[in-house]
Amino acid sequence: MVNRSLTVPEWLELTAEDRAQLEGESGPGSQMAMRVIVRMAVVQRAGRLMDIEAAHIDSSLYMGQATLDFAERLVALGAKVRVPSTLNVSGVDEAGWKAWPVPPEWAEKALRQMRAYQSMGCIPTWTCAPYQSEHRPHFGQQIAWGESNAIAFANSVIGARSERYPDLLDICAAITGRVPAVGLHLTEGRAGRVLIRLVGVPQAIQSSDLFYPVLGHILGKVSGEENPVVVGLEVKPSEDQLKSLGAAAASSGSVGLFHLVGITPEAPTLEDALQGQEPLITIEIGMPELRRALAELSTAEGSQLDMVVLGSPHFSLAEFQQLAALLPGKKKHPKLEFLVTSSRAMCLLAERAGHLAALKSFGSRVTVDTCILTTPMLPERVKLLMTNSAKYAYYAPGLLGTQVVFGSLEDCVNSAVAGHVVRERSLWEV
Amino acid sequence: MGSVIQAQILVPGSASGTLLVSHEPLSFWGGYDAASGEIIDRRHPLSGENGSGRVLALPFSRGSSTTTAVLLEAIRHGTAPAAILTTGGDTFFALAVIVAEEIYEKSLPILAIHENDFHTLSTGDEAELHEDGTVLIQAAG
Repeated sequence: MVNRSLTVPEWLELTAEDRAQLEGESGPGSQMAMRVIVRMAVVQRAGRLMDIEAAHIDSSLYMGQATLDFAERLVALGAKVRVPSTLNVSGVDEAGWKAWPVPPEWAEKALRQMRAYQSMGCIPTWTCAPYQSEHRPHFGQQIAWGESNAIAFANSVIGARSERYPDLLDICAAITGRVPAVGLHLTEGRAGRVLIRLVGVPQAIQSSDLFYPVLGHILGKVSGEENPVVVGLEVKPSEDQLKSLGAAAASSGSVGLFHLVGITPEAPTLEDALQGQEPLITIEIGMPELRRALAELSTAEGSQLDMVVLGSPHFSLAEFQQLAALLPGKKKHPKLEFLVTSSRAMCLLAERAGHLAALKSFGSRVTVDTCILTTPMLPERVKLLMTNSAKYAYYAPGLLGTQVVFGSLEDCVNSAVAGHVVRERSLWEV
Repeated sequence: MGSVIQAQILVPGSASGTLLVSHEPLSFWGGYDAASGEIIDRRHPLSGENGSGRVLALPFSRGSSTTTAVLLEAIRHGTAPAAILTTGGDTFFALAVIVAEEIYEKSLPILAIHENDFHTLSTGDEAELHEDGTVLIQAAG
């Protein structure tokens, strides 16, 4: 039998309102959520709780019976969110799942879980790129976000402040409006500690889309639980390049905040990024390290290919536009699948701009709400994937049992047309 | 010869089992199969090992924020480790167990140990975790 009584240590300061929630005065749902928040504050040795203004809920992912049990327990206890709370990807494309071999019993439970989160008052955005929606947070805003790529983007590119909220905790933060005051919420937790110097990386490489997920893959591997700072970038990356960097760094590692000196908002200078301290470690990254990381992102050898998949994190309007521009006059090879994953809102914009028509005539399909990693949608014959997403490349072998080839967007399109892997590597070769 | 380690208690409890140790962090999402307990991150040194019923020692959980959901499912399903030893930074494992206590009344101990102690652990050794946060290690063989 588990002991559920809660002893609040003296060093954890709770407000009268915190104690009221803990004692059940706002109902049993908020009481359970506050019990979890307070126990986590004890684990994290937070001295106090603090307010958040918004949340992004990754707990919406259906990961089996347990995540559904948790959501439905909160609903049964009457829990409602106290702050605007967007929803991350779900376990199923609500309107489109039947077009893929998703088991109906999975879909039924994933749909139940979607409804549970909506009934707690969350906003059905169903996207892992909420920072590219009207719910984008602002600089300095205290938020509780789940979804590792979204956390990295919100902290690093926008300068909003979120700890790395795991599934189950993000919703408790949203229900109580309170979080342990620790880590990336606090100025001192945002200092860069691992210094990465780019050495001898040509501008042509730095300007290419492929560079950013590869650099991100390295940042994740070398940073441990510390915040990395990069110096030596000579170009101004696009928002989607920064998005791919963050997603890669949060897949190969635990990066919740990165600083790019001269580019990201808390790093106008190296000294600002380090908050005046010495870095714990300095690492030089040049072309040999980048080539090695690029190679690591692929697991497949040979040129066989069953499917090209793009859109982790979810495709933005700019990415739809970039893809559509490559497609006129081309058709994907009939033997392989071509898929883009995005959100409903972004697809609507892409449709109005005419990009979806271009994708359709090329032979691409589009899935919304979810992605290939979070819903069992792939046909069984798909064993070899190609992608320009470091996140898909990192997780597909373990989660889906597929081999993966990592390449640029152009490589992905050219390979889809050819029906086998085609990669242009002249920039990267010695 | 046995050794005794004093740990910081993240989630209290007692347990014993054979150690499964990695110095590389692991994301349970894409890394731990809740249906079987197998470690399925093919880039991880423990790939192919089974964590069910073991005392799993990992420096911290990596990457994805879905680690907690996978561990909760493993606890529900009975494929979770018997206990987890981690270094100070990790909170994801503790969260999964705190929620498992709330909704299933099931638990497992999560203890944080010093990095120097962590480096003395080896796969195959027997570990005994006590309520007071002491960990007894008996070398294999």
